[in-house]
Amino acid sequence: MSQFEQFDNKGYLNMDLLRFTTAGSVDDGKSTLIGRLLYDSKSIFEDQLEAVERDSKRRGMDEMNLALLTDGLRDEREQGITIDVAYRYFATPKRKFIIADTPGHIQYTRNMVTGASTANLAIILIDARHGVIEQTFRHSYIASLLRIPHLAVCVNKMDLVNFDEEVFNKIREDYSAFSTKLDVKDIRFVPISALKGDNVVDRSTNMNWYDGPTLMHILENIYIAGDYNYTEGRFPVQTIIRPYNDEYHDYRGYAGRIAGGVFKPGDEVVVLPSGFTTKIKAIDTYKESIPEAFPPQSVTIRLEDEIDISRGGMIAHTENQPQSSQDIEMMICWMGEKPLTVRGKYVVKHTTADCKCMVQSIEYKVDVNTMNHIACVENLKLNDIAKVKIRTTQALHFDSYSKNRITGSLILIEEGSNSTVGVGMII
Amino acid sequence: MSKYHLNHLKELESESIYIMREVAAQFENPCLLFSGGKDSIVMVHLAKKAFWPARIPFPLVHIDTGHNFEETLTYRDSLVEEIGAKLVIGSVQESINKGKATEEKGINASRNKLQTGTLLDTIEAHKFDAALGGGRRDEEKARAKERFFSHRDEFGQWDPKNQRPELWNIFNGKKNIGEHFRVFPISNWTEMDVWQYIYQEQIALPSLYFTHERDVFERDGMWLAHAPFMQLKPTEKVEKKRIRCRTIGDITCTGVTFSEASSLEDIINEIASTRVTERGGRADDKRSEAAMEDRKKEGYF
Repeated sequence: MSQFEQFDNKGYLNMDLLRFTTAGSVDDGKSTLIGRLLYDSKSIFEDQLEAVERDSKRRGMDEMNLALLTDGLRDEREQGITIDVAYRYFATPKRKFIIADTPGHIQYTRNMVTGASTANLAIILIDARHGVIEQTFRHSYIASLLRIPHLAVCVNKMDLVNFDEEVFNKIREDYSAFSTKLDVKDIRFVPISALKGDNVVDRSTNMNWYDGPTLMHILENIYIAGDYNYTEGRFPVQTIIRPYNDEYHDYRGYAGRIAGGVFKPGDEVVVLPSGFTTKIKAIDTYKESIPEAFPPQSVTIRLEDEIDISRGGMIAHTENQPQSSQDIEMMICWMGEKPLTVRGKYVVKHTTADCKCMVQSIEYKVDVNTMNHIACVENLKLNDIAKVKIRTTQALHFDSYSKNRITGSLILIEEGSNSTVGVGMII
Repeated sequence: MSKYHLNHLKELESESIYIMREVAAQFENPCLLFSGGKDSIVMVHLAKKAFWPARIPFPLVHIDTGHNFEETLTYRDSLVEEIGAKLVIGSVQESINKGKATEEKGINASRNKLQTGTLLDTIEAHKFDAALGGGRRDEEKARAKERFFSHRDEFGQWDPKNQRPELWNIFNGKKNIGEHFRVFPISNWTEMDVWQYIYQEQIALPSLYFTHERDVFERDGMWLAHAPFMQLKPTEKVEKKRIRCRTIGDITCTGVTFSEASSLEDIINEIASTRVTERGGRADDKRSEAAMEDRKKEGYF
């Protein structure tokens, strides 16, 4: 007999996962908004609250500063700024959420790109007093470049403009005017006050003119099951499973995570780079075989024929193959301290493959504040976004980023320091 | 609703398995840090799944403070036997004997901080180039900034302000000689996810996690298990209580909870209604506002 109130295990086991990112400039109230989401969804525990109260008082603040919940590093807390991407977790009865909280400073664009790369949704914060500003363009452009499928534009600090409908409408019009240039289909607008809690989790009583959903309602209900590619079968091989024991003496399986499409035993597949074709014999998970596998499942695939495949190879459906080429055009975001130069050499990591590459040309740089193209550029500096062409030492097997975020993305690594200096989205 | 849909536990499992396989593929000599706590037990379970039907391709490393719960060691030894893995023990007592570490003095003395030196020595002695850990980002605010693949310099240090950007599911494990990586495959799991997963997979746990009677005493508002080597203040007195552990670490800094929870369902219900974080019971985190960040920079788990 249990003395505890029964927790809904079955419901919990059936939740899905929404990853979202937050973008706003300094003082737009990002950390406060996240603090509010955590607080109002009762995801903050007593000892965390006590610690924040204690730290707020120590810093001479009157009200509890919810930003202290998310600013984790000593420097961040002391300077009152967010330096690095922080990941936060909360759950409601409907969904589990992962927040990538990214700093708004202009010099930290690389963090926003990082947070955006895995997000289903981006929250773009706009200060109601300042309206659409340069950084709003930048954040929205990055969300669009990284192909975040859904945007929630939150006009924050409505309490400081007397909850005025006109202010909200003006910002929505300004934003809509420029967002026609973006590649995002689903954009929603919500007037909020993160500090006071209006329209974040609970519906505002100060803005009866707004009849749309609260931010939490959007987060809980947005449709995300279509965010993967289920049509083009792609399986980058991570490692080979060879047990070398008596029971599984001849077992040879290719371990990896489905990057696209749906694979079934019997499917005709091609093995890249060799180009040999065969059939799928079985798809294994722990101690069992499954009838089909789809993104983002981690499985082990066995093939009918013994074919030479190693890490970096790809198994794809024969009738629908990825592009294979050494010449690759892409949009790049540069994250290195040293500039990218034409003829510069880097290591490429793409799915599970890596090889070297040379930058052939910089086609143009993007002015992220206007989205204009700037031609005749010699090099790229930290946070620059540009279209470049590279040539790799061996063919990569890829799709365009717009078709598949997994097989369409790559990173560039600087030799010597081994730093990740560039991230590319293949065109 | 699409028929191709993974619930969040399956998605997290799949992500963690992917990362474990990346570690096996990208590094020459990885290891799995095993504390005997539920997170590292889940890690071993995920590793079994990632490489089945082959064995887990790396040894387990236990950093032993010498101040253990007996139940943890029993569990560890039977698990190692079951999975046929190699066990490497890094002993804090040995570090002290060799003069490499100095025992903390006073009533709150703990070997928690000393583990860092022993851990780094063990990594160096065995030339491990990647150490898999069960750290989660929801545990503590400094951990929230941690990458999956966390680069450590030749001194084993973490530089939180100069971390490599980590995008999509591409993990950069490139390093120079003498450097290593800490890898955290369950970064995105919460405490509740871990318990739900243990429940879903029916993973066996050390008996410490379930209610039992034990000698305990109260210190600074926290209840600690009593052990012979722990000094008591004159005002502190040992009592018998029914308790369980919500986390398991070194016995000197693991707070215990009064609980009657005797099954996984009970524990899940208890956690769903609790209002204190699991690390709220950890004396090691209470030392200062940035205690975890400071320890992590030096090379802590």
